[in-house]
Amino acid sequence: MADDPEEREFTLSINGEEQRIRATPDMPLLWALRQEAGLSGVKFGCGAALCGACTVHLDGNPVRSCVIPVAAAENSDITTIEGLQDDPTARKLFDAWLETDVMQCGYCQAGQIMSAHALLRRTPKPSPDDIDMAMSGNICRCGTYLRIREAIRIASGQEES
Amino acid sequence: MKATSPLQALDRRSFLKATALAGGGMALSLSLGGGSSAQGIEAGGTLTNFVTIDRSGKVTITAKNPEIGQGVMTSLPMLIAEELDCDWAKVKVVQADYDAARYERQRAGGSFAIPDEYLPMRRAGAAARAMLVEAAANASGIAASELSTKAGFVRHGASGREWSYGELADAAALLRAPDLLNIPLKDPKLFRIIGKPTTGADSHRVLAGEALFGIDANMPGMLHAVVETSPAHGGKLKSVDDSAARAAHGVVAVIRLDGVGGPSVMPDGVAVVATNHWYAEQARKLLKLEWDLSASKGHSLDAYAQRAAQSHDARSGHDLRRDGDPAAALTNSAKVVKARYSYPFIAHATLEPQNCTAVFKDGRLEMWAPTQTPGRGVSLIAEHLGIPARNQTLHITRIGGGFGRRLFADFMVQAAAIAKAMPGKPVQLLWSREEDIKRDYYRPGGWHSFEAGIDDTGKLTAFTDHFVTLGEGGKAHRSAGMPPTHFPADLVPDLQYRHEVIDTVIPMGPLRAPSSNALAFAFQGFLDEVAEAGGKDLPTLMLELCAGDQVVGEDTNAWGSGFAFRTKRARGVIAHVMKQSGWISQPRGGGRGFGFGFYFSHKGYFAEVADVSVSGSETKVNRIWVAADVGSQIVNPFGAEAQVTGAVIDGLGQLFGQRISFQDGAIEQQNFDTFPLARIGVTPQIDIDWVLTDNPPTGLGEPALPPAIPAVTNAIYAATGKRIRDLPLNRA
Repeated sequence: MADDPEEREFTLSINGEEQRIRATPDMPLLWALRQEAGLSGVKFGCGAALCGACTVHLDGNPVRSCVIPVAAAENSDITTIEGLQDDPTARKLFDAWLETDVMQCGYCQAGQIMSAHALLRRTPKPSPDDIDMAMSGNICRCGTYLRIREAIRIASGQEES
Repeated sequence: MKATSPLQALDRRSFLKATALAGGGMALSLSLGGGSSAQGIEAGGTLTNFVTIDRSGKVTITAKNPEIGQGVMTSLPMLIAEELDCDWAKVKVVQADYDAARYERQRAGGSFAIPDEYLPMRRAGAAARAMLVEAAANASGIAASELSTKAGFVRHGASGREWSYGELADAAALLRAPDLLNIPLKDPKLFRIIGKPTTGADSHRVLAGEALFGIDANMPGMLHAVVETSPAHGGKLKSVDDSAARAAHGVVAVIRLDGVGGPSVMPDGVAVVATNHWYAEQARKLLKLEWDLSASKGHSLDAYAQRAAQSHDARSGHDLRRDGDPAAALTNSAKVVKARYSYPFIAHATLEPQNCTAVFKDGRLEMWAPTQTPGRGVSLIAEHLGIPARNQTLHITRIGGGFGRRLFADFMVQAAAIAKAMPGKPVQLLWSREEDIKRDYYRPGGWHSFEAGIDDTGKLTAFTDHFVTLGEGGKAHRSAGMPPTHFPADLVPDLQYRHEVIDTVIPMGPLRAPSSNALAFAFQGFLDEVAEAGGKDLPTLMLELCAGDQVVGEDTNAWGSGFAFRTKRARGVIAHVMKQSGWISQPRGGGRGFGFGFYFSHKGYFAEVADVSVSGSETKVNRIWVAADVGSQIVNPFGAEAQVTGAVIDGLGQLFGQRISFQDGAIEQQNFDTFPLARIGVTPQIDIDWVLTDNPPTGLGEPALPPAIPAVTNAIYAATGKRIRDLPLNRA
């Protein structure tokens, strides 16, 4: 086999708090967050940046944590759904999500919110095309897309077109 | 023979029992059968309850069935809450553990929750309400008949007195529960909860990132397991060299799993257990396994397609059904239409990959599993791993999608086998996406050769289908079959359904609207051709075929079997969707067209119209109209509409790009790049109308899917003149 990757301690800034975890540098951030830092909101779907279930923010930008080595996240602010609970934009998304009953199985939904949140921070009044573009990397196997569109529109304070 | 319906039988064996909560309040338990008695349960004293009311008036309702996104964690408690007449805003819903002694039908499948539970759940709520009323009557000396209830209060209209359910709960808990069979239920006109759009009971917890799903099960010291299985279906493990894997970072154990019960229970495999899923996955790649793949040889999708074509050419196989003299009728018809249709295998691809967490200690197994059939997992583990059901505890987690995949319990058996090999250690088995796609129970592919005869008025007089399908020992797999009552049987005088079965090693199973999801495409696509040849459009042909009030087939009431098809209800939704969509069969020009599809499955009648634009190789579905008849009442309009739009979008995903192929038993797709799921961009506007009819409410997890596919393919034809006879539209 290739060189045995050395496990070492990483200091990660997760949701505004520094957390020390032990991992090999190549361990994807997803597994460090879920299994070393104990955060359950971020989900595993594909392991290849194809489905978006593992979306978290690195310095505010949405990334697929299943393909980001933990070593590459060491000097960034990592935000997960747990860290957005009191965020005003996220609160608007949560309210709109519940008002329109977006969720079916719910497995992809934290990832959807992370992508939607990044969109609204970049583009506070997104057009329908903006929404489809920003959300195209997040698969919802249940097909909740119509309500995702509607909820993002409501959260952005836009009337139905 | 006059058969006792399951509902009646259930009612006789059902009883309600109230017990006082330790901290005050009432816990009302509905026990459904299982051979236990009120006495027995009282002695047991460890009830899982449907309804708990504490002194503050807070109501806790237990959801007994697995939640896979079909909304039963909300809709079933709504049924209870309605008849209990409580305030939904004060209801907390909790998921039941698997408990065969207390609950019947703890499963998710077949769109059965609403038809099965509509009355039993309402009766449970009504009985609790009756006890609260009786408690108020006893306390006040006012006759129960003078008391009413509303939103968590018992009221006496004449005096204006009222008591909260919380105040009454202690006293109500001491009363004998009323007879369920005779408990009066609300007039649906008075419903305040049923019929009201209601947000998913646990949605706020999902948004908080709480640990609800199978993959979220966690406990101190938990280890992580992955499994390596044969590269091809039908493979047998010959030898294992695990020296490199064992030496890999984080690895705790490597365990050989000898298959039990065939591929539907647990295939041969090797588990790698490590301190983190990542380490287990990395080490798995270092396993050196030798497989006997001789049984997989020749099992290729292309080879199956060739055999199907040969079978069609030779008209081999056997009759599933023959009415009249179809050969003569075809010869004598004014026009004969012929076409062949095919569809591929597809995978379930639940977004949450298969997983199960288990710990085996002192002969007892405790599990956390996202399973659609908890009982199946427990009994298979008892049978094949020798852990008696009484020594197993199973927590049903929230489930990241089912679609039929988790009707199988292979992942539970694997996790239990691993846990059993490492007593005292909690282990979470989690499959990679690649393993999940590679080792599914696929929707079977199929090949149809149709012929139809029409007379000079365009009337369909003869219909034949030669269906080449898959199975074992010449017998079609349950998910690869076709009922002999399939439309248009009994509606065309000369009709033949012929069947030929190719033996396969590829595992197959039900996928959302099993059989129907494929047959709808083939039959409604071909009937669109027949309609055109007869100078009419498909909805008109369908209305003609359904013109008389006929009942085709029988309601068997058995899980997963056929149901009586009523032409009158079909006419209702077909006529409705034509109006709803402003149906027009002519091409609209500019590469745009309308297409129609109808299908009856899972007791639901669905007619759908698609508006599609085609430009070059790009197909865009602009809008889909759905007219649905699922009986007299929509329980939760939020959930109901979600099931329909989700099913339609699922159908679009299948239609556009989903295809599982294999060479010598080895699946060729690995992940969502080669097995694409529908993304937000394909989503059309979807308009749903409920055609309410005086029939018992039925389920919605499945029946909206099948007609969406032919509606779109027929629309593509209307737009372009090109028939889509083979799925999918695009190959990844």
